[in-house]
Amino acid sequence: MTTASFILRNALRNKRRATLSALSVAVSLFLFITLQVTLRELTIPPEDVGASLRIAVRNKVSLAQPLPFRQLQKIEKINGVEAITPFTYFGGLYRNESFTTFAQFAVDPVRFTNVFLEAKIADDHLEAWLKNRGSCLVGVDTIKRYNLEIGEKMLLSGTFYPVNLDMEIVGIYEGTFDDRNVFFHHKYLDEMTDDPGTVGTWWVRAGSAEVAPNVVHTINETFANTSAEVRAESERAFQMGFVSMWGNIQMLIDSICSAIVFTLLLVTVSTMSMAIRERFRELAILKAIGYRRHELLAFILAESLLLSLLGAVIGVGGAAWLFSTIDIQQLSSGMFIFFEVTNKMLGTAFLISLVLGVVAGIAPGWSVCRMSVVDGLKTLD
Amino acid sequence: MNLKSKVMNSIVEIRNLSKAYNQGEIQVTALDDIHLSIDSSDFLTLMGPSGSGKSTLLHIIAGIDRQTSGICKVQNIDLSNLNESALADWRNQNVGFIFQSFNLIPVLTAFENVELPLLLTRLGRKERKALVAAALELVGLEDRSHHLPKQLSGGQEQRVAIARALVTDPALVVADEPTGNLDSQSAQQVLEILQSLSNDAGKTVIMVTHDPKAAAFGKRIIQLEKGRFEKEEPLVS
Repeated sequence: MTTASFILRNALRNKRRATLSALSVAVSLFLFITLQVTLRELTIPPEDVGASLRIAVRNKVSLAQPLPFRQLQKIEKINGVEAITPFTYFGGLYRNESFTTFAQFAVDPVRFTNVFLEAKIADDHLEAWLKNRGSCLVGVDTIKRYNLEIGEKMLLSGTFYPVNLDMEIVGIYEGTFDDRNVFFHHKYLDEMTDDPGTVGTWWVRAGSAEVAPNVVHTINETFANTSAEVRAESERAFQMGFVSMWGNIQMLIDSICSAIVFTLLLVTVSTMSMAIRERFRELAILKAIGYRRHELLAFILAESLLLSLLGAVIGVGGAAWLFSTIDIQQLSSGMFIFFEVTNKMLGTAFLISLVLGVVAGIAPGWSVCRMSVVDGLKTLD
Repeated sequence: MNLKSKVMNSIVEIRNLSKAYNQGEIQVTALDDIHLSIDSSDFLTLMGPSGSGKSTLLHIIAGIDRQTSGICKVQNIDLSNLNESALADWRNQNVGFIFQSFNLIPVLTAFENVELPLLLTRLGRKERKALVAAALELVGLEDRSHHLPKQLSGGQEQRVAIARALVTDPALVVADEPTGNLDSQSAQQVLEILQSLSNDAGKTVIMVTHDPKAAAFGKRIIQLEKGRFEKEEPLVS
């Protein structure tokens, strides 16, 4: 027998209690990790390669308010603007779904490819798209999800717009951080809506990251005090604007996580205290035969750490494995694109389990250290 | 034997020893000005009614309790001069404990229970194994070494406890009501082992008991009452 096997034997002497203790840690840390990943995905949207060069331009009053098409020429002429495309959200429903898992945007196809350079489109698909005003380009994730094929119909029921769209799928794009969307000709939307001469937003590509801030400023200044004032901002800022609609979700999730950790602490301290209390007499015997206080404290801490770390391996490891395996897009109905457990989250969770193990063992360990051998021997089983 | 040689053979020397403790607001005197010498290889039995101080005296000699005043020297070492750590080390090497409730670790086999004191030494695995096997053989349980305590009878458990007490080859063996939970046959076996430790192995055995039949196995009986010695009886061996 070794000291390590002695500790292990003691930790597992009541298998039911050990299992429940480890599982309580596992479930709590699994939940903790899930909430942290959720928070990260909600508050830190993923960034495309070309995001640093792109600028979103929307109506200053509200995103729901359109912009006049005539702004295109003025924006094009601004120093530092390399490309621009109209970008209008359609928001239609697909098939019988009450909540569509992919967005649909009306764009200028040629200009679109100059703004979103990272989008990979096969030449023949691009050519077909450019030629056919009633066609659309679909992201590869949506193609896979719905088992779509080139040539199939894409029928969308209008919600914001009182029209339904009937398009042909002619191409597939991929290579962006969001390969779910559908892009179609803005002219097609204009035809269906009697050409109001408006767009939802403009998307602009700046010449470099250095000039992008100046481009933003110039666009805002150009349309200041006009009938259609704009708010130009970087793509990142535009995305974060949606995040801010969630409210203070960070505080909410952090509060829930704190409650989880605190409750787990109470449970583990209580369990460990009970387990050690039942063994006071045994520990007194160990003291009598020569084990010193710090050795007994080490035994108890090791036992406590063993259970908490075991729980961490199950819970944290389980979360990491699960979230790397599942199709989060499908499970979340498109709410999440990625659901990545970062190394920082793994480290934090294991650190929590480490602290839990130490804290849970300290109180009963201290009682054992202070206990006299004689008092311990008098303890009833 | 003259007094001087008697002192030289003494393994335990107690002078003016008292022990008092607080029970709420009341101070209780467990031992009152005790004088005692115990020779090497002696088998001393401490008897007396409940609360007479016999277990307290045993605990002080064994180094698991401390006196309030007076001197207790074991193997010429004043135990009150040792700190907790040193006292623990001293106990590991010099004292073997046998209790009424056996007090074996339930999740360890007989072998592992006996091995426990040796984990504190620097002995290697093979050496530990040899010592444990010898200790179990001494108590006649070599074929039960892989049994858990719940798989042993009361008498067997107590013999395992004796093996654990002997495995470090201590000079002193203390037994607190070792036969209290045993049937007569098992009690007989245990007492015979303790007697042989004193007679044949040269160990000093100090036993606390209520049972006069158990006490008869010793060489000397001391009766305590209210913390003082009432009577001492040397037994004819």
